[in-house]
Order: sequence, then structure tokens, then C-alpha cells
Amino acid sequence: MKQSLSDMPAHVLARAIRNGEYSAEEVLDAAINRIRAVEGRQPSLEQYELQPDDRDKVHAFITLTEERARKQAQKVDRKVAEGKDPGKLAGVPFSVKDIFCVQDTPSTAASRILANFSSPYTATPVQRLETAGGLNVGKVNLDEFTYGSSNESSAFQPPVGNPWDPSRVPGGSSGGSAASVAAGECALSLGTDTAGSIRQPAGFCGVVGMKPTYGRVSRYGLIAFASSLDCPGPVARDVTDAALMLEVIAGADRHDATAAVLDVPEYTAGLERGVKGKRIGLSDDYFMVKYPDPETGELVEQPIQPEIRERVLHAADRLADAGAEIVEQIPMPHTHYGIPVYFVISRVEAASNLHRYDGVKYGYRHPGQVEELAELYRKSRGEGFGLQPKLRILMGMYVSAAQYEKNYYQQALRARTLIRSDFDKIYDPEGEYRLDCLLTATTPTTAFEIGQVYGDSVLMQYADLLTVPANHAGIPGISVPAGFDSNGLPIGIQFLGHDFDEQTLLQTGRAFELATENEDWRQVKPAVLRGLS
Amino acid sequence: MADEITQEIFQHLVDLAALELDAEEAEYLLKELNGQLKAVRELEAIDVDSNIETTSHGVPYTEKIRPALREDRIEAFGNPEAIMEQAPDVEDNYLVVPVIPHTELE
Repeated sequence: MKQSLSDMPAHVLARAIRNGEYSAEEVLDAAINRIRAVEGRQPSLEQYELQPDDRDKVHAFITLTEERARKQAQKVDRKVAEGKDPGKLAGVPFSVKDIFCVQDTPSTAASRILANFSSPYTATPVQRLETAGGLNVGKVNLDEFTYGSSNESSAFQPPVGNPWDPSRVPGGSSGGSAASVAAGECALSLGTDTAGSIRQPAGFCGVVGMKPTYGRVSRYGLIAFASSLDCPGPVARDVTDAALMLEVIAGADRHDATAAVLDVPEYTAGLERGVKGKRIGLSDDYFMVKYPDPETGELVEQPIQPEIRERVLHAADRLADAGAEIVEQIPMPHTHYGIPVYFVISRVEAASNLHRYDGVKYGYRHPGQVEELAELYRKSRGEGFGLQPKLRILMGMYVSAAQYEKNYYQQALRARTLIRSDFDKIYDPEGEYRLDCLLTATTPTTAFEIGQVYGDSVLMQYADLLTVPANHAGIPGISVPAGFDSNGLPIGIQFLGHDFDEQTLLQTGRAFELATENEDWRQVKPAVLRGLS
Repeated sequence: MADEITQEIFQHLVDLAALELDAEEAEYLLKELNGQLKAVRELEAIDVDSNIETTSHGVPYTEKIRPALREDRIEAFGNPEAIMEQAPDVEDNYLVVPVIPHTELE
């Protein structure tokens, strides 16, 4: 069967469009058809009632921007016809997590409080994707303000379904990004990762997701959650596409002082350099983890899902066959602080960032009469925010208020140093381990059912257990698909690397793809695509 | 430090957060906050008086990666109307807010 345009990798599409084999409009038409076939009803703010086919569909897009994409496609086609360079992402459809501002489109953060907000400007990474010839097909769903690991907290319902089994969550918070890419509604998506919000849904949805180094990609135009942790990054179906997308979005930005002024390597060049001589670590501290018991809620030491561990070890074997040196028993003794530290630092930063929503400058305003300004704030925020933002604001207030502060914030900042020092030690070129990267599972479990965890904010947070240390340390990480569990659900493995060395992670991920390209599991397609021509 | 967020503390937090909650929401939020605190208590093993330094950004923000300071110059945004259009209540280009009651500062 001929591969549909919607299932082709971005780098193949862009090349074919540049060569005139396909037009950008043709590719866009295919994307729109795919969206019509798999989306189901559009998520909205209306009171949600489950309908029969909701659990068969993806529901990734809060806003479709077909007209915007159409204009971009026509521009690309014109350039090709005139013999001009149409850009690295010429004619590649992409989606944008609805936490980025895109001019003249609703930029909602999946919250009632911003549902009517139309951004007067465009975020830098989105701008760069469009300038490179990408087709911006729309804004995709997420957990409200990115606060969650399942997409269920969005104010826009029905919740996103996992394309491999739409009765399960796609992960989060970039769940709409991962689902839209997995279902072929677009080739690429722009996500954000604060505790694992790119890598965890990528793992759950069987796609590639990269959290670049803190500062590698500009946050200008990103609606802020936790400013010391947030990183925009690519979601793609293969490593080459993630490399291509990162190449486009990374780099200094005069609008963001935290965007590093380092040169951006051409990640796609030398991508197939291989792993010969690379030192790749495995750590028991990522296999045996302290995790709440789903029944009692108590924190207990327990192994990650055995099938996931098996896929990590399988990946290590394949990489060893490809010439890598696997170094076992790497100590990462402070991994277990990741979630507790996150409960403190991210909440303090979230409370601070969310104080700007006041019903005065933009966004939702309580429609009734009020006596005075403070009441307007309380009512607008009370009605505009969902439960998860409220929970984060209150926790942030508690752990930072002088009268309650039990040193938690000070302790968290020190524990963060310890987490960082774990990585410094294993990467130290003069040290005992001298690793190029660490190989771990992306998540302790595969995708859970919609409704199974949501509501239990502690258990939900622990879905980020294996991804959050990289955010505290600022280092880059990539999740790549590595097989399936016995329920046919995707398993992701994660490579964690040195500061600003995304290159090695992409090369290692690519080496893993090449080493496993003939394995049977790579032929399996998501459930929502079965029966489509 | 086996502390708990009591009803009274909770009310104060809600006030600081400028939120208005219904009873059902409040009950859920208080329960979850105390659940999260249980996990946070793992940090009590960290001695704040020790010589472990604090980290506020994982990646050191060095001169090598930091953009150079530049002159502080006004650059007008091309389309201020687009910004003002977002405001829920505007009169003669002013944002309209309800009364701000006079309070004595202590």
C-alpha cells in the first residue's frame, strides 16, 4: 500500500515538496482529511457529557487554523514555482500546543480564564516554524496551563484520546501534541516540557519527544508555568524529524534573556554518526523507584513496569551491538527527590506566574456586579481557573508564605543542587563514569485509562518521576519509541545528556532506530488509523 | 514539622491567592494539598544549615550563554489596539475597574 502523505516523515515531505514531487497544498489537504477522519467532535467549554464515539476519537485540536495553513502552503508552492528556497520545513504540517501565543488565534492555555484571549503577537518558536515554511494547522489541547500528565484537566472536553487506544490518556501535558503527531494529523508539534510534559506523552503515544537544554529554545510567547523549568521542544514521529525541527526553533532570541546565545549545530548533519565508543549508562535508581501505591497512596519502593524495564535493557543490547559501551549500576541517588522538589519549586513559580490573571487586562472577567476590585479578582479567578491551577496556586502560597514556610523552599533548592550533582558526576570527563548519556525508561507505566488516575494529584504527579530530574538539572532528554507492552500500548525509552549536547542524544536515538528498524513492532500502526485508506 | 494545612490556614491561603471557591472545590483542594505535603516531607532529610548550595536554575547561567546587556530603549509595539481589544472593559482607552476601597496602611 502506498504511504499516505499524512504518514510521511517531515524531512521526506519537505524534500519532496522542494523537488516539486508534491505541492504543499496537496499535503495540507491530506492533513485536513486525516484530521476529519480521526478527530471526532471538537473539544469545547460546554458542560461535558460522554457520547458514544468519544472514546474512539483523538479530539486533539482546540482550534483549527486551516486558512492560515492554506496561505502558508500557497506561499511555499509559489516559492517552489519561482525557484526560490521555500525553507527547511517547506509544506510540513505542524500543530502548536495551545500554551503558545499565535497572533490572531485564540491562545487558551486550555483554561476558561484565557478562552477568549486572542494573542496580539506570535511566540518565537512558532514564528520560526512558519518562517521555515511549516504549515500551522492549529492549536492542540493540553492539561489546563500544562498542569497535569494526562490532558484530563483541560477546560476543553472531551479529553484527548491516545491514538493507540482512545479510551486511554495520551499523557501530558503536551498530550494533544503527541496524539496529533501519532495519528498523522500533522508531522510535527511544538510542545513544552516542565517535568516531562513532552517526553511522557511522547512515550505514551509512541512518538519522539525532546526536551532541549534549558535555554536552548526561546520562551518568548510561551504562557509561563514554572520559569526555571519550562522548555519548548519538538514532538515528531522519528528522530530525524525532531532534529530538523530543533534546528529550526533553537537559538538566541533578543526577546528572551534566558535563551542561550550559543550557536545551534546543524543537528541533521552527522545524525547517523552512530554510537561507536559512546559510553551509555544504566541506573538502578531509574528501575526501582519510590512511587505511591495506587491502592493505599503510601510511598513505597517498587520496580517500574517489568515490560518497560525489558525494553530498556533490549535497547541497551542493541546499542551495545552497534558499538556503544554500556556502563551499568550508575548511581543516581537523589532521583527520588525529583517529585517532592517539584511539588515545591514549580508551585511557587506557578503561583507567581498566575497572579497576572485578574479579569482586568485580558481574559475572563466575572460578568456580574461586584462591590470592589478585590471581589472582582476573587470571582474572576474563582470562575476562570479550574481545579488544577487552583491547587498549584494554593500550594505555592503555602510553601512560600513567611508564616508557614517550614524551610521547604530552601530545602527544595538544595535538593535541586543534589539532583544536578548526580548528573555532573556521571558526565564528568575526568570522573569515574564519563558517560555520554544515561539510558532510562521514560515513564514507570504505559498509558493509563481515562479517569483512572485523574483527581489524585499526587499519583498523577508521579507519572513524571523519571523525567523530572532532567528539568531540575536543566539537561536535555529525548524519549523514543521502543516497543509495546502486552496491551499493545507504546513504551518509550529516554536518553539524558550533557548541557547543550542535544546532538549526542539525537545521534544515539537515531542509532537505536537504525539498530531496530527491522523489528516487528515497528510495523504496528495506531488503532485510530486502522481501516483508513 | 509534621504539619498539616488546617481549615484556618486554608482560608488564609485562599485569601492570599485571591480565589473564591465553592464548598466542594474547597474540600477537594484541601485534601489534595495535604496529600502533596506528605510527599514534600521527604525533603525534611535535607539540612538547610549544611553547606549545600541552592540551585535556582539547573544550567549555570554563565557569561558564555547569557546575552550581552543592551541599551534600554523604547520600541513601540506596532498595534496597541490589539492589546487594548483584549481588555474586558475599556472606556476612552482606560481599563475600567470597580471601586478600590480606601484602606489604612498599618
